[in-house]
Amino acid sequence: MSHIVNVVVAGLGGQGAIKASDILADAACRAGHDVKKAEIHGMSQRGGSVTSDVRYGKKVLSPMVPHGEADFLVVLSPDQVEVQRPVLRPHGILIGPDFVDENELPNKRSLNVALLGALSHHLDIPEAIWMEAVHAALPKRLHEVNDRAFRMGREKAAATPRHHR
Amino acid sequence: MQRQLMSGDEAVAFAAVDAGVALGTGYPGTPSTEILETFAEAGGHAQWAPNEKVAFEVGLGAAFAGARVLVTMKHVGVNVAADPLFTSAYTGVSGAFVLVAADDPGMSSSQNEQDSRRYAVAAGIPMIEPSNSQEAYDFLQAALSLSERFKLPVMLRMTTRVCHSKTLMERRPPLPAAPAPHFVRDIAGRVMVPGYARPAHKRLRERLAEILKENEASPLNAEHPGDGKLGIVTNGIAYKHVLEAAPQASVLRIATIHPFPVERVRAFAKSVERCMIIEEGDPVFFEQARAAGIPVENKPEMFRFGELSVERVRRIVAGDVSPEPPPPRATPPRLCDACPYHPVYDTLRRLDCIVAGDIGCYTLGVMEPYRAMDSCVAMGASIGVGLGLRHVLPEAEARRVVSIIGDSTFVHTGVNGLIEMIYNPPATGHVLIVLDNGTTAMTGQQEHPGTGRSLDHDAAGKFSIEGFARACGVDQVDIVDPVADPKGFEELLKNRLASNDLSVVVARKPCILAAADIRGWDKQIAEKAACGGGCPT
Repeated sequence: MSHIVNVVVAGLGGQGAIKASDILADAACRAGHDVKKAEIHGMSQRGGSVTSDVRYGKKVLSPMVPHGEADFLVVLSPDQVEVQRPVLRPHGILIGPDFVDENELPNKRSLNVALLGALSHHLDIPEAIWMEAVHAALPKRLHEVNDRAFRMGREKAAATPRHHR
Repeated sequence: MQRQLMSGDEAVAFAAVDAGVALGTGYPGTPSTEILETFAEAGGHAQWAPNEKVAFEVGLGAAFAGARVLVTMKHVGVNVAADPLFTSAYTGVSGAFVLVAADDPGMSSSQNEQDSRRYAVAAGIPMIEPSNSQEAYDFLQAALSLSERFKLPVMLRMTTRVCHSKTLMERRPPLPAAPAPHFVRDIAGRVMVPGYARPAHKRLRERLAEILKENEASPLNAEHPGDGKLGIVTNGIAYKHVLEAAPQASVLRIATIHPFPVERVRAFAKSVERCMIIEEGDPVFFEQARAAGIPVENKPEMFRFGELSVERVRRIVAGDVSPEPPPPRATPPRLCDACPYHPVYDTLRRLDCIVAGDIGCYTLGVMEPYRAMDSCVAMGASIGVGLGLRHVLPEAEARRVVSIIGDSTFVHTGVNGLIEMIYNPPATGHVLIVLDNGTTAMTGQQEHPGTGRSLDHDAAGKFSIEGFARACGVDQVDIVDPVADPKGFEELLKNRLASNDLSVVVARKPCILAAADIRGWDKQIAEKAACGGGCPT
């Protein structure tokens, strides 16, 4: 099978994990990939853990990332990092909630988009497409803060040596 | 048309719009809820019924009149609708009637993991099952067309991963319109007294035999050639896992779940050295294939539980029954911090009540720190279970029994329990608490008859919980705000528990997640009424 990029986004209900995975899936789709996205969100508004799987490439079959085969794990909540770490493949990349300084964010609620910015550094999707996907997912009044959050994450990732992640 | 990323639920909704479905009805339930919401947003005529049985019957009437109809519910909702479901297979329909049953293997948000394929077999209803959003779109239309051609209700079975996964799909050109509904008298076909039901049953079996013939050659059942050694028969989302986990295998995917194309499976099994059935949930295919004498292997029993996945299919193929790694320890959901139910559960815990519970957000009262729920079985079951406990427990324990139910659940099937309460009252009386937060909260804040607003949040008739209780002749009906006056709530409850009266306490306070929306919808309704409905919006 051709190469498939596997991403798992994890957090607690209300943190925007699903929104982040929606943006990622939309960006991959806009970039011309086959995309599938799977999540469990039955009780997500009640503060329970939420994970969302995004897979893209030439042709994706199962919508769920096989356990231990995620290339990237994006985690929004500190208490979910160790819980979710086993979904990563060996040498898979973890982007945790402390990757960006929450206090430097223009709005704390845009942590999800900031971490997507960090993820975007590793993925072969043009920045313009990312911005289209971010804007399509959010109301206009939130574009500016989220643009800044996205760039903050993206620039931090570009400046961070790989072994520090 | 352009390819779009859509969930299976959204795909069904758009397929219904493009097929000219005249009416969509159902009751909210994960993972089916988004179908009717999307159908309404896309311009369809969608409505929530008080429960699945009523939804089914409203849909059936519309299909008797010749309309194309979509009815949606979760798997356990089909239990509520099962009575009309079985006999509708005898009456058939004039238009097209598709019931979407959304199963939840692994129970992400359900009380059991029953397999709706059993219903298709038991009721004699044809069933089709998609495996992604494009198929959800195409198969809904195929199901409508099958229903129209054979004049039978048809089930579209979905599962959580097909309902909620987003995959790429495109809409097709709209289907030709159905003839306008009109009434045609057909007493022998629609009135199921024994004299008419006996030939109707024979008619049903004849139609199923015809559909079976079609299913044996149906293009919906895809076959993937492999190396001829291992053959796998599969369905639904498991089909996608199988293609990924066993790329060398020959694969027969059955989408026409019922009637099961057994000769197609026999021929496939003959073409390979070894044939396995890999189906999520119950061994429905396996049992039918083995009953027909086809040499197929079943998955090991441990894989009957929960969802399948690529790694579980790899294990099934390898015959690996070693213990699986535990799934990541999920953080369980809990009552929202500002939920108005906190003081209620705090009181129930401190009074050491025996709590017959029900289904909704408030089931979370079972979690720490309250642990204040002693049973949760089915929608509306709190009242009957509470009454049964009261009837037989020694008096000191009977007096501690409370039934607790949400507003939407009360309207759904709680009303029947309340009628039982006044008809067969326990010697110690009984206390029913209705937690009225003004919405169907757990499934994502849908409307219900008690909110007085329709599915799309417009003005509608309003069911009164306290009015119904009073009309039933309940001795004491109280309306309280447990947040504003927790002490008063506790005193009232103590008082009611000590008496032999039948008591209904409506604890009323809007859900904090829905409160702002509710205010907005009510404002819109008031503005519309103020200008006589003729104002530009």
